[in-house]
Amino acid sequence: MQDFIRLFFNLEVMAQTLPLLMQGLWMTVKLCAAVIALGLVGGLFLALGALSHRRWLRWPAFAVIDFLRALPPLVLLIFIYSGLPFAGLAISPFAAVAVAFFLNNSAYYAEIYRAGIQSVPAGQTEAARACGLTTGQTLAHVVLPQAVRNVLPDLLSNTVEVVKLTSLASVVSLAELLYSANMARSLTYNASPLVLAALVYLLLLWPLVRLVSRYQRRLAA
Amino acid sequence: MSRPMLEIVALEKTFGELKVLRDINLRVATGEMVFVIGPSGSGKSTMLRCCNRLEEPTSGAILIDGKDIVGCSSSALNRMRLEVGMVFQGFHLYPHMTVVANVMLAQIKALKRSKDEARERALAMLDRVGLRHRAETMPTQLSGGQQQRVAIARALALDPKVMLFDEPTSALDPELVGSVLAVMKDLKDSGMTMLVVSHEMGFAREAADRVVFMDGGLVVEEGPPEEIFANPKAERTQAFLSRVRA
Repeated sequence: MQDFIRLFFNLEVMAQTLPLLMQGLWMTVKLCAAVIALGLVGGLFLALGALSHRRWLRWPAFAVIDFLRALPPLVLLIFIYSGLPFAGLAISPFAAVAVAFFLNNSAYYAEIYRAGIQSVPAGQTEAARACGLTTGQTLAHVVLPQAVRNVLPDLLSNTVEVVKLTSLASVVSLAELLYSANMARSLTYNASPLVLAALVYLLLLWPLVRLVSRYQRRLAA
Repeated sequence: MSRPMLEIVALEKTFGELKVLRDINLRVATGEMVFVIGPSGSGKSTMLRCCNRLEEPTSGAILIDGKDIVGCSSSALNRMRLEVGMVFQGFHLYPHMTVVANVMLAQIKALKRSKDEARERALAMLDRVGLRHRAETMPTQLSGGQQQRVAIARALALDPKVMLFDEPTSALDPELVGSVLAVMKDLKDSGMTMLVVSHEMGFAREAADRVVFMDGGLVVEEGPPEEIFANPKAERTQAFLSRVRA
């Protein structure tokens, strides 16, 4: 039992490696900010393409969404980080992760936006257009605010997935939270840094998960 | 008749193989209230929705104060839609905005009025439909009749030349119909040009200048309400009116 505590819940080791983990956490936060912001924007454009009545926009948008949803994000990441250099396109680990997960998440955000936009009754668009608003104004002021509100739990839920997904960045040696914790583990020959990292993830995501549940219950009511 | 405010010329609309409107011709004079009646599927709503191109006409012309709305570019269409107010059966207020914001939105975005100006105008229009005191409520807190009156205020705030009403009272509980009809009557008395698709025969008899009976995508008969209701000439009009009265 004492060995167990010493190897997994060693406060001394945790305190010692905390600065390293905090550096990792900061990298995770930067990564999430980039991937979430890019994904929300990219997803919106993909969704609008998929909902367009112009076939030359709609079909490519669907193709891109399907492709990105079917491709495992780790495959995409390793291809971008380790495959593209063969074509003379070497990019930093951070850029590789940001691009790979931005692509992957755009597709998921796009599907959520699409459901949201389709949940807004056609009469809303008609009323806005009948008042002389342009397509863009109608989208920005009438359709999107309602669409986003209708799918807020799903958007949040996907955002939780994004945060978890960034731990895959450790595969390309990006020093985010998990990578830093694992490094600390090998330096101290002790699993406590990994336990600490898990706790940090939990602390970060548990409130979000609770929030999603509350929204879902409120929408269901 | 002087130049009509709204003129529909040889309007046709087909959905695939289906001919919904065949050669509709109709003129509405300035300040006139024209009622369109007819069985469901007769094309009356489609005709109305062609007047601001929510439905794209297949052929024909629709002149608003002399300008054709059918052939114009999309930017010109957005400007012309400001001159044609529309009220829907289902109200379609924006549920995520307060009542006054509903009435302000297009004034700010399409007419480019300042916020203060739009707000002042919105409150004046809400006052006109008797709902100024509900300006800061959300639309879902209002009764159907109140929502429809806000929708009328929203259209009026843009200073339209013509108002289109697409079955404005059909979704309302009977006791709420009167308040909406009163607003429409007041609008007519102030000189608004109005084209109304509705089944409110009593109101048509009392307030309309002219009644148009449509069936099968055609205007079958038109005339003053007392004539159409008391003395319909066409067989189809007679059949429809006897069914409605029964």
